[in-house]
Amino acid sequence: MTCRELVDFLADYVDGNLPADVRVHFDRHLKACPPCIAFLNTYNSGTKLLQAAFQDECCQVPEGLVEAILAARKSSATTDHVS
Amino acid sequence: MLTVIRRFCPNDADDVLQDAFLSAFRNIGQFDGAAKLGTWLHTIAVNAALQKLRRAKARPERSLEDLLPKFVENGHHAADVSDWSPTAAAVAEREETRRQVRAAIDKLPESYRIVLLARDIEGMDTEQTATALGVSVAVVKTRLHRARQALRSVLHTIFAGEVL
Repeated sequence: MTCRELVDFLADYVDGNLPADVRVHFDRHLKACPPCIAFLNTYNSGTKLLQAAFQDECCQVPEGLVEAILAARKSSATTDHVS
Repeated sequence: MLTVIRRFCPNDADDVLQDAFLSAFRNIGQFDGAAKLGTWLHTIAVNAALQKLRRAKARPERSLEDLLPKFVENGHHAADVSDWSPTAAAVAEREETRRQVRAAIDKLPESYRIVLLARDIEGMDTEQTATALGVSVAVVKTRLHRARQALRSVLHTIFAGEVL
């Protein structure tokens, strides 16, 4: 396996989508290739930084909205039942 | 909901929010209470944003090639690969870092940025993202991987030179 092949399928490796018999080739390459280890670590870092960047940016739903939607749902269910 | 929608459609966020509320109103009968209401509304907001982008005319985008890794003929990395992940981990929670990362996302072409946001931030799976955008699962997978590689390259310029 070359570095290019490893990088080409890195998303499947990281997301756990590779069959075990293929994954073993990736693990073997990574053990012997510091540049690919660095690439993998920084590839994963990008995702972690991304998640940290948007963490806590939202998303509390206003209580009034929750109540209004639940009331609408209840009202809709009642109407359906009557008709 | 507006915050989520602004990530995808900063210029049309108010219109998309209206679409999302309309969709929530129309589909309220399908909300079975199994999921949290906030989660249900979040999914509606993301779908409304993705559908808006799907309807929008495709605009010419700059190529991503410059931000993808280079290899020599025998398949090895063409340049040294430095591991800046410890530096990044140490400063990930700082507001300045968060601002830099959000700016880095904005440098990606839209078709890649939205897949990255949908998959890695909003938690949609590949199939959901493909359906909402009207593209194949294979396209979503390819764009996600290329977007992650491009983001890594942009972040490299920020973190590789920094010393802990």
